[in-house]
This record gives sequence, C-alpha cells and structure tokens, in this order.
Amino acid sequence: MLWDALLLQMGYNATLVAIGATLLGISSGITGTFLFLRKRALVSDAISHATLPGVGLAFLVMVALGGDGRNLAGLLAGSALSAMAGLWCLNWLTRRTRLAEDAAIGAVLSVFFGFGIVILTVIQTLGVGRQAGLEGFLLGSTAGMLWNDALVIAGGGAATLLLILLLRRPMTLVAFDPEYAAARGISVSRIDMMMMGLVMAVTVVGLKIVGLILIVALLIIPAVTARFWTERSDMVVLLAGVAGGLSAYLGAAVSASAPNLPTGPIIVLMSFGLFALSLLLAPNRGVLAAVLRHLRFQRRVHLRQGLLALAQDQVIYEPLTLRLLRQRGLLRADGVPTEKGRARAAKALRDEHRWALVRSDQTHEAAAALYDGLREIETVLTEDQISEIDRRIGGPREVPA
Amino acid sequence: MNGAEFVPLSLTPLLIGIFAAVACALPGNFLLLRRQALIGDAISHVVLPGIVVAFLLTGVIAAGPMMLGAAGAAIAAVILIELIRRLGRIEPGAAMGVVFTTMFAGGVLLLEQTDTSTVHLDVEHALYGNLESLIWLDATGWASLLDPVALSYLPAELPRMALTLIGVILFIALFWRSLKISTFDEGFARTLGIRTNLLGLGLVITAAIAAVAAFDAVGSIIVIAMFICPPAAARMMSNRLEGQLGWSVAFAVVSAVLGYVLAGYGPLWLGATDAVSAAGMIATVSGLLLAIAARFGPCRHRAGAPAGI
Repeated sequence: MLWDALLLQMGYNATLVAIGATLLGISSGITGTFLFLRKRALVSDAISHATLPGVGLAFLVMVALGGDGRNLAGLLAGSALSAMAGLWCLNWLTRRTRLAEDAAIGAVLSVFFGFGIVILTVIQTLGVGRQAGLEGFLLGSTAGMLWNDALVIAGGGAATLLLILLLRRPMTLVAFDPEYAAARGISVSRIDMMMMGLVMAVTVVGLKIVGLILIVALLIIPAVTARFWTERSDMVVLLAGVAGGLSAYLGAAVSASAPNLPTGPIIVLMSFGLFALSLLLAPNRGVLAAVLRHLRFQRRVHLRQGLLALAQDQVIYEPLTLRLLRQRGLLRADGVPTEKGRARAAKALRDEHRWALVRSDQTHEAAAALYDGLREIETVLTEDQISEIDRRIGGPREVPA
Repeated sequence: MNGAEFVPLSLTPLLIGIFAAVACALPGNFLLLRRQALIGDAISHVVLPGIVVAFLLTGVIAAGPMMLGAAGAAIAAVILIELIRRLGRIEPGAAMGVVFTTMFAGGVLLLEQTDTSTVHLDVEHALYGNLESLIWLDATGWASLLDPVALSYLPAELPRMALTLIGVILFIALFWRSLKISTFDEGFARTLGIRTNLLGLGLVITAAIAAVAAFDAVGSIIVIAMFICPPAAARMMSNRLEGQLGWSVAFAVVSAVLGYVLAGYGPLWLGATDAVSAAGMIATVSGLLLAIAARFGPCRHRAGAPAGI
C-alpha cells in the first residue's frame, strides 16, 4: 500500500496530490531558508495567520457577486491581499513604534486570525454559497484537490522558484550582512520586502495543501535541517529544497496509503523526522559528532595526564587513564611502564618543559597562545626552534628514581 | 436588557472572558519586555496534543486531566525548545517554530486518528473556544447571585478562571521586585543574588498555567491575543512598569467586554440573526485598541529616537 503510494500507483488524484505537495515542499524549503538566515523565521507565522480574513472576505465578495465562492484563484487572491495588509502592519509596528519584532508578530497573527474567525462565523450563519471546505484553509485539505488546484500550485511554485533564482545573490548578502549589502548599494528594505513577498506567495499556495497553521513548519523546519549539514549558504538553500520536497513527497504518500491520515500534519511530522535525524547525525554540528568529539578530547587529556604522571613516578589511580595506557601498550598489567611507555612519558615531560619555556618567552608569544595542554609542540614550532629551546633547557635529565 | 436575561446568559461568559483576558495580559507584560512575547503563541499551539493525549489516556472529557495534559505539553514544549536551541545551536525563534508546529501537527493527527464524532473535541473548538456556551441557566436574575442552590450550578470554568487569575496576581505580587529588576537588567539582578533562570522559568510556567486555563474556557485565539495586544498597547501608554501593568489590565477588560458585546449584539444591530465568534471579536477589539495606542499613545517611540523615524 505504502509502496504503491511512493511509486505514484495510487490513482490519478493521489498522484496529483503527491506532485503538488512535492513542488510546494521544494519552494517552501528554499524560500524559508532566506527567512531563517535573516533570523526572521517566525515572520512566516504572522503572514500565514494573516491570510485567514482574506480568504473569508474573498468568499463573501464572490458570493455577493453571484458566484458560489469556491473559486480557488479568488480565495488565494483574497488571502494574498490580507497577508500583505498583515505584513504592512508588522513592518509599521516594528519601525514606527517601540515594539520589538516578536511582539509585532504576535499582535498581527492573533488579531488577524481572530478577525478571520469572526468572518468565518459570519459566513456560517449567513448560510450562503457552499462554504463547506472553507475551514480546510485552517488545517489544509488535499483530498479534494482538482486539476485546476494542482495547476495553481504548480504555477505558483514554479514562479517563486524562478524569482528566488533571480534574487538569490542580493537576498543572501542581505541575510548575512545587511550593512555590507547597504554599502554595496543594495536597498535592504526592498530586498526584505521581496523576500516577504516570496514567503507570502508560498504561504498562499500552500494553504490548500497544509493549511495556514502548518505552512509555517514547511518554511522553517527544512531550513533548520539543512543548516546542520553545511556551512555554505548556497548548499543550505539547495538542501532545504531537498528536505522540504522529500518530506512533502513522503508525507503525501504516507497519508494516501491509509485512511484518517491528514496530509498536512503527516508532512510536518516527516519534516520533523528529517530534522531530528540531522540534529543527531549531522557531521560537525550534530549531537553524535559532538559526543564523539568530547570523548576523543577526554581520552587525549587522560592519556597526557597519565604520561606526565608516569614520567614523574606518581601512582595512577584513575581507571580510564590506566585503561588507555594499557591499551596502547604503555603500561603493563601490573602497573609498571613498558619501555615504550617510559620513552613516551619522558617525551611528554620534556614537551611540558619546552612549552613552559615557550610561554615564558616574549618572542614566542604567538606560539604560546596556542598552548592548551594537548597540542604537540612539533605542530607549532619548527625543528630549529625546538632544538634552540632544547639547548636552553639543557641535556636530558635523569627521571627521578 | 434586564437581570433575568443578563445574569443567566451573559454574566458568566463576560466574567470568564474578563478573567481570562487579565490572567493572560498580566504575565504578558513581562514576556513582552523580555522579548519572549511569542511564548504565548507557542504554548497555545502545543496545548492541543496535551489535551488529546489526556483524553486518550483517561477516555473522558474532564477539566482536570485535560488541564494536566495541557500543562504537561506546555512544559514539555518549553524544555524541547531549550534543548533544540542548545544542542543544535539554533536561534530561539527557529527552535520555537520547529517545536510548536510539530507538536501542533501531532495533536491534529491524534485527533483525526481517534474517534471524535462521539465527543465534543475538535480542532475548531480548540481554536475558537466556546465562550458563548458557558451560560448559567439556573440563574433567574440578580438575586441568584445570593442563592446557594443556583450558585452551585455556576459553570465550572468561572471559579477555575478566577482561581487562576488570583494565582497569577499572587505570583507577580510575591516576586514583584525580582521580576522587575531581572526583566530590565538581568546581569544586575544576578549580582543581587536573584536566581534569574529560575525566575524566568517560573514566569513561563505561570504564563503556561494561565494559557491552559484560558484555553480550556475560551479557546486559543484569546490566549495569544491577550498575551500580546493589551501589554503592547499599554507599552505605548507608559514608561513605568506599574503604569504599563495598569493600562494592560484596563485594555484587557475593555477588549473582553467590548468584544463580547459586539459579538453578541453587533450583528443584531445590523439586522442579522446570529452572533459571531466572541473569541475572535475579543481578539479583533484588542487589535484595534493596539492600533489606536500605537498611533496616538504618548510613549509610542523608542526612548531617545526622534519622532517620525
């Protein structure tokens, strides 16, 4: 069943949904990345909630004009207009008043959403048109996707992708360094406005599939996921597109494979699954990598301290240190250092003396700053420098018996 | 309108609305000043899975387990946000976005998976609340306020919301000085020996409790709106924390009363027959108040910034 869905063998409608969702996932992942890099991820929350009154008002207008009020293009146009109004309020509140951006976001999203609910109840009580399914905009409703809806989504997704392709350089620059961008003659506020326009477009297009509450997830989660894997901004954008598309495709397939699996939430949960995997497994930034790094560091510290203790003939009690020394054949089972262990210990102690001299000498200031108790002195100083230091320390001394 | 109509039909929802609005607006002031305004938004989204899980575990729609579930989910979300922020080194806004959308999606999925046709538990209800239905049918007029028999049939939400409000006021009164100092100068507060982390956590938990209680009674829109709009409007009215708190309470009460009245009677005045969503209307009114305060309030600009920039 699931396999059929993954291979698009579930019939015309399911295939339409899967393709539409994947396109949306790719464009929202890519658009959301710029928002995330600009540290304005939650603006998408305000934009998406601000679409609701527009949907309702558009419905009312279309009914008043004699239609049945369910024309998707009309509803989307209405939602775009009210999202624009919300965005304008958000900008005005942040620029012209003392409110911080997060407060402005919260104010816009709650008030617009509240007003949208008022309009929805008006529509319910009027009993006009065919309002059934209008609530689908809250949580998304893909089951009834028609060819026309799919076309709107595909067209909108393609248009956003094209715009992003054209705007990616200035948007990246503004995201990372607005001051530099301004100095280069780029209008930061205009680029910000365009970025928000793209987010709005994706939100409006995504309403039909995941609904206005969950589209926020598709804008934020893929970008965060991609950030774990790379330090390069163009790769983040690309990977976010892949993560968004993959989760939307998998989510649509899973939700088609069984009843009572709403598409929007499943897509979001898929997306979170990819995020969780990345959080754990990503190289460098992942949790597992951090744990491994810590363990490696811990072993190096213990080994170093163990060698120094051996060189000074101190007794080692620490079990981990003993184990590490034995594993490397530096210590015999009865606690007596091997030949190799003696040599390494003597070298470790000598290196400590060398470092001590380096750190007390002004001319080696740069090298001394690199001292962390673990770094091999050979990686910092040249052979000549080391032999110069050795000359000052004097010949090999007896390890005290 | 006389007492025989007003007391049973409008008094209790009105009071519940006022209590909920004030209970959310009070901690909202501190969250706003601490740049944590969106915590209210996050909490109100994550409460949904908590309520559904509580329902699945107990099998009953009862206030106790649901509030426990909601509070548990809120605390879990706060911990999860912090964990993801630290482990993944992600900025707080994005970490919050990841957590609350995922938990909300989980809640919706659970709702769809369980058979909710037999019980009154659905997403719309959770979002809009049902303020209008919290009526006190056993009251016959103002005299019922002194009638112990009628009083025992008060909607349970009213005393619960009143208790929550008292709890919130107590928390703020008890920790007033520490809250004030740590909100404006966290470093200084720490040098005075104030446990700022603990205090911040206490504030978030207080906010979560207020949110959960209000969510149960009036839906999530009011919660988000009241956490932010009255304090934000009050911020334009005063430079002093005391003044801001006072203004925010006033704005919250006005929003609740005006919103409820407009929702209930506004359509009738316009010739329609049915009321519109009270929760939505209260949020709308609070937004209008914020707009007016942001346009005309005496303290609407950042300190030191010249007007008009």
